[in-house]
Amino acid sequence: MNDIAAAAELTPKDFTSDQEIRWCPGCGDYAIVKIVRKALAEIGTPTENVVFVSGIGCAARFPYYMATYGFHTIHGRAPAIATGVKLANPDLDVWVVGGDGDMLSIGGNHTLHAVRRNVDLNILLFNNEIYGLTKGQYSPTSREGTRSPSTPMGSVDHPVSATSFALGAGARFVARSVDTNQKHMPMVLKRAHDHKGASFVEIFQNCIVYNDGVFNDFTEKKTAPDTQLHVEHGKPLIFGAEGNKGIRVNHDILDLEVVTVGENGVTMDDVLVHDETNRTLAGWLARMEAPDFPVAIGVLYCNPTESYDAAVGQQIADAKKKAPQASLNSLLQSGHTWTVEPH
Amino acid sequence: MSSDGNAALKLAEVSREEVDAVVVRFAGDSGDGIQLTGSRFADATAVAGQDLETFPDFPAEIRAPLGTTYGVSAFQINFGSGVILTSGDAPDVLVALNPAALIVNIEEVKPGGLVIVDSGSFSDKNLQKAGYKSNPLEDDSLEKYRIFPIDISRLTLESVNDIEVNKRDGLRCKNMWTLGLISWMYDRELAPTSNWLEGKFGKKLPDVAKANIAALKAGHAFGETAEMPDGVRGYSIQPADFEPGIYRTVTGTEATAWGLVAGARLAGLDITMCSYPITPASGLLHVLARLKSYGVTTFQAEDEIAAVGAAIGASYAGSLGVTSSSGPGIALKTEAIGLAIATELPLIVVNTQRAGPSTGMPTKTEQSDLYLAVYGRNADSPLVVISAHSSADSFDVAIEAVRLATKYMTPVIILSDTYIANAAEPWRVPDADHFEPFKVDFRTESAGFQPFMRDDKTLARPWVKPGTPGLEHRIGGLERAYDSGNVSYDPKNHQRMTNVRVKKIEGIADDIPLQSVEVGTDSGQLAVVGWGSTYGPIRTAVINLRAEGKAVSHIHLRYINPMPKNLGELLARFDKVLVPEMNMGQLSTILRDRFLVPAEGLHKVTGKPFRIVEIEDGIRASLEK
Repeated sequence: MNDIAAAAELTPKDFTSDQEIRWCPGCGDYAIVKIVRKALAEIGTPTENVVFVSGIGCAARFPYYMATYGFHTIHGRAPAIATGVKLANPDLDVWVVGGDGDMLSIGGNHTLHAVRRNVDLNILLFNNEIYGLTKGQYSPTSREGTRSPSTPMGSVDHPVSATSFALGAGARFVARSVDTNQKHMPMVLKRAHDHKGASFVEIFQNCIVYNDGVFNDFTEKKTAPDTQLHVEHGKPLIFGAEGNKGIRVNHDILDLEVVTVGENGVTMDDVLVHDETNRTLAGWLARMEAPDFPVAIGVLYCNPTESYDAAVGQQIADAKKKAPQASLNSLLQSGHTWTVEPH
Repeated sequence: MSSDGNAALKLAEVSREEVDAVVVRFAGDSGDGIQLTGSRFADATAVAGQDLETFPDFPAEIRAPLGTTYGVSAFQINFGSGVILTSGDAPDVLVALNPAALIVNIEEVKPGGLVIVDSGSFSDKNLQKAGYKSNPLEDDSLEKYRIFPIDISRLTLESVNDIEVNKRDGLRCKNMWTLGLISWMYDRELAPTSNWLEGKFGKKLPDVAKANIAALKAGHAFGETAEMPDGVRGYSIQPADFEPGIYRTVTGTEATAWGLVAGARLAGLDITMCSYPITPASGLLHVLARLKSYGVTTFQAEDEIAAVGAAIGASYAGSLGVTSSSGPGIALKTEAIGLAIATELPLIVVNTQRAGPSTGMPTKTEQSDLYLAVYGRNADSPLVVISAHSSADSFDVAIEAVRLATKYMTPVIILSDTYIANAAEPWRVPDADHFEPFKVDFRTESAGFQPFMRDDKTLARPWVKPGTPGLEHRIGGLERAYDSGNVSYDPKNHQRMTNVRVKKIEGIADDIPLQSVEVGTDSGQLAVVGWGSTYGPIRTAVINLRAEGKAVSHIHLRYINPMPKNLGELLARFDKVLVPEMNMGQLSTILRDRFLVPAEGLHKVTGKPFRIVEIEDGIRASLEK
């Protein structure tokens, strides 16, 4: 089928299954599923060539609501299962959906290796910094001091940064978006889809029941211009309601700092220009946290290389080329054999 | 006694003594190349047309400290002109390349058996490491045996004198010197081994090839020329009476791999084999990794769970998902196997069992994962369990696993074990052109499609490849509504789905052969029931005891779950049922549970296969009770 012709015909409705959504009213997941359907319609891959694979958790119910192929699997294992899907049929668009507990705690190992191998998967991590489906325990991304049923006096362990983790694992595509950002997220999803290899997308997602407002410090509409930095390749790292705050390198501490253009002699030339192929810069951007820094949103890093599934496919093609007549009898009689004659 | 044949008397043409069958055990340090020696000897024996069975028995440590008892590696081979079904009970001949190999193995040698030792390795230090207080070659502690000390170390070095190798590399040829001597004893051609050495080292390390071949020839020449002690001479063995055909030797690992490839071909599928390295199961990954041209994709996953997960994902995508491991790894896979049961996807799980629990003894054999296979998952989660009874049988079992997994949309566990995986035996290569195909019929028709609508006869749901237009659907581990597969918490639906999952597996009993009797009559005083690698010793023991007039029969199960339909009725026709197992009584428990038969167990968990005599003793004890 011609993808371009199909793209013109597909609508979000084509990606909407007949199943009633069972997330809590007001959950950020509603906004995400809506945006994903829209983005997929725009991407234009026919529904039969799209597979959603998920683990366990609120986010992991996602495949049921998509009118594509879908596999709701077991806790943490979605990246591994999706790897098998992609290896068996590299022509499919494979999306992996999971939450912070699913993908960074019980399934952290699989996330690490899917990213490290660069399997051509689009991995969407809905980070709400809490365990929702098990009723509100703190998660590996919860901030220190998070009070929850399992940490009544506040959590004492240090959270993991999803994007730093992915970059550390060798991800070639790392991006961020916010559940309610209907304008921004489709672009990120399309970029993730277009990237051949593991695309890691962290979506900040509000859990209205167990962790409501945990991202308010940078997602509140009113203050967002001052607390979010939308990065774009080739453009200066500028933010703020006035459009005059920038990010530059402080060479004395070998780290980033926020500056105001026009103050203390700072000019636009001092402000860093985003280079999404620069892994060092991506690492810096991933680590920027409120309140000292704006939170970086957008494609932090994109530096493609051959995907795992493509390399595996190449080896198989090479092997088949070398031994085109791979009959069963030639296999069974390979190596040393001898014949017992009729007597 | 002349220990190194320096007299080099050319004996007059001595005629070889004819024997029917011999058990030889090679033993030495894990760095001595014992496994190589054994497998080369097995190959030459196969070429000579005799039946054989091997037992490689080695430590988990790759290179244990030199000279220690825990670093001893052994390879036993039983070969002869008659039918050989086991790797042999007590060795007739032991070759011990150091004191540790002697002390570890001597107890098992037949009284009066020949023990060839490398006297050159019997230094004070090595004796002490092995735990000898005095040199056993110099006292009378070994008088039960015929001891033949030869300074193999020195003779090996002499044989490679003219070749450009250092002392260390020269000494490493002593396994080949030994192989040369044993080859002379049993009238083996040297050419298969020298050709093999030439092929292995010839190009890259020509001197190493030359040295090994020189040592091999020197060992052989020693046999021909040296004065042998009493009772040591050349033997000859007639070829076994094999059916005409093309033959090869095969290990269980190879046969399983090829059977999976054959099964996938017959089903019209590619294989996606996902595994994580674990002793003794890694071999299957290694063999399949080289078969890419046969439509095999292999994936070394990050852990056991990822391995089974990726295999399930591959099956979901329309490939034959295969995963393999040993007990500890299978334990980790159990949750995911439950997902394959719930979503009703084909999946092949190969369990090469080893001694446990926990890490246990990774290189030693056991059959103690039968409960794990049959019962080892949360909830009511039935699947198919079948077992291979020998190396060659693994081929047929693997094909059958693929047939059942794809026809019934179910995981199938293949139970193999360390012994079967590593042991080699001759195999008449079947003609693949005559295999009966069982092509998978992927659903493509969208009219009336429901993901969990079942075939009336098999109760299997349709298998749909993602990528098929109009059949987009969702599956998952949450309970699914009958037919539609949509998430359902309906109480009646869960009962119904649980029932049908059980019924589907039970129904497979209609699609497998009735249980036959391997040896003996279908009723009598005692049925000896086995499964897996105990086949050889049980069969041989039952044949032997029937020759003594005992009313005993051998029944061997391939199908553990479901069991053949007639099994209960068959067992009920015997007064007693004896179940020899390399565990503490797992099949016997299941047989009692299923059929209320008075099954007694005969247990052995030493990490070594049953000896024939142990089964014979067990049968006698049971008959006398």
